[in-house]
Amino acid sequence: MSFAKLTDIIKQAEERNVSFWEVVMLDDMKERNVSREESFNEMLVMLRAMRTADEEYDPTLRSASGLAGGDGEKLHQYRMKENRLIGDYLVEVMEKAIKMGESNACMKRIVAAPTAGSCGVIPAVLLTYEEQKEVSEEKIAQALYVAAGIGEVIAATACIAGAGGGCQAEIGSASAMAAGALTYLEGGNNEEIVHAAALSLKNMLGLTCDPVAGLVEVPCIKRNVSGAVNAVVSSQMAIAGIRSAIEPDEVIDSMRRIGKQIPECLRETSREGLAITPSAIAVTKRLQGQK
Amino acid sequence: MNLFDIIGPIMVGPSSSHTAGAVKIGYVSRKLMGEPIAEATINLYGSFLATGRGHGTRFAIVAGLLGMKPDDKRIPESFKYAEEAGMKLNFGEADLAEAHPNSAQLILKGVSGRKLEVIGESIGGSLINIAQIDGIKANFSGDYPTLIVHNVDQPGHVAEVTSMLAHKAINIATMQLYRSSRGGEAAMVIECDKEVPLESVKWLAHLEGITKVIYYSLDEG
Repeated sequence: MSFAKLTDIIKQAEERNVSFWEVVMLDDMKERNVSREESFNEMLVMLRAMRTADEEYDPTLRSASGLAGGDGEKLHQYRMKENRLIGDYLVEVMEKAIKMGESNACMKRIVAAPTAGSCGVIPAVLLTYEEQKEVSEEKIAQALYVAAGIGEVIAATACIAGAGGGCQAEIGSASAMAAGALTYLEGGNNEEIVHAAALSLKNMLGLTCDPVAGLVEVPCIKRNVSGAVNAVVSSQMAIAGIRSAIEPDEVIDSMRRIGKQIPECLRETSREGLAITPSAIAVTKRLQGQK
Repeated sequence: MNLFDIIGPIMVGPSSSHTAGAVKIGYVSRKLMGEPIAEATINLYGSFLATGRGHGTRFAIVAGLLGMKPDDKRIPESFKYAEEAGMKLNFGEADLAEAHPNSAQLILKGVSGRKLEVIGESIGGSLINIAQIDGIKANFSGDYPTLIVHNVDQPGHVAEVTSMLAHKAINIATMQLYRSSRGGEAAMVIECDKEVPLESVKWLAHLEGITKVIYYSLDEG
């Protein structure tokens, strides 16, 4: 991967007079030695797999631990209510995010984006947009390249694994990627795309990974909802003209430094935080009995 | 890492290390066996043992042993498919020293009676490392066609293997050598940039001093 910084992508876009997403695609073509069609078709495969995963949500499924399942249906019922507080777009983003997280916990097929634990954020934001705004599949695939470009920079500079950098590296990265992708769909320019990512990531800095019983369930699933909503509001701020006071690449570098400072007990080891609360220990003990 | 490690892979959840990586350990082991598996003893270690149930790690390894890949929707029902295939399953705890926290020891018997023991580690994302084969160090990823040659530790065997590869115009990506003691058991683990012809693999197995040849191919089937 040849992007160490978001400004590298923008610079290449300006030099080659192509859009942000196309720079990311051209880099993939070079890296994997594939044609434009091969790269784009692969992205369509990912998009379609996300859509299938969303459609195949099963409200009756429960995870092996019994901790996860059924909340997607609750949000669906809430969405169907009249006089709810939030708008049609945001409520469906919430529903899709929690559904995907639950499907993952219940051993359904999902697309890691960037990880399995954070697999709900990007599809929630993009698939809801595709359905409600009736944009083409090609346009959504382009937005996925925008997301991937942001993710590549985060992976190269910082980290996209909870064990390495805490939850900021998983839900935080997914949220920044989704914020940039949505900003592209909303007609934002390159500066707005990277500032949306930065605004989003800033809200996630320092987030630790302390899953109950070591499972990708609590707090991961519901955090997909917050990550997706955070992406939407950050994107809206950028579109409204608000800029991150900290340069986007500097935000990512902060994430790297913060990730290194997060102690190991809060990086997917379940030795601190939520994972050692009485509620969590009760769950852990129950599961150990059935090991 | 490429673009489709960021958006992707498509996989059955919940965990890239404890589910997708576990499928890959089983899958690579099945390929190393080179024939359907009749009996498998699956011993888990560390975090695989502690959280494996919630992550479907056992289903995942069995799915891999049946030749399924990490995106196969049948993974959660792999025990049923194993029963249909007549694959006998035993589960236990692995007693390993200084192993990676996500490790599995697979003691396998093929339909012809061939035996194979693999220790696989899920090292992050869905990346894996095959740490040992038949008690001898291996350390390969399963991302390349890989040739594993066990031989008596005596001069000339490395030359025999590498000459064969040179003759077939196969470039070596990585190469490792291990031995138990001088003149004892030795192993070569060679990751190649392209597939090694099966007749060449068979030819190696007949050479004097070579005790076992195992080949991991990326080809389907």
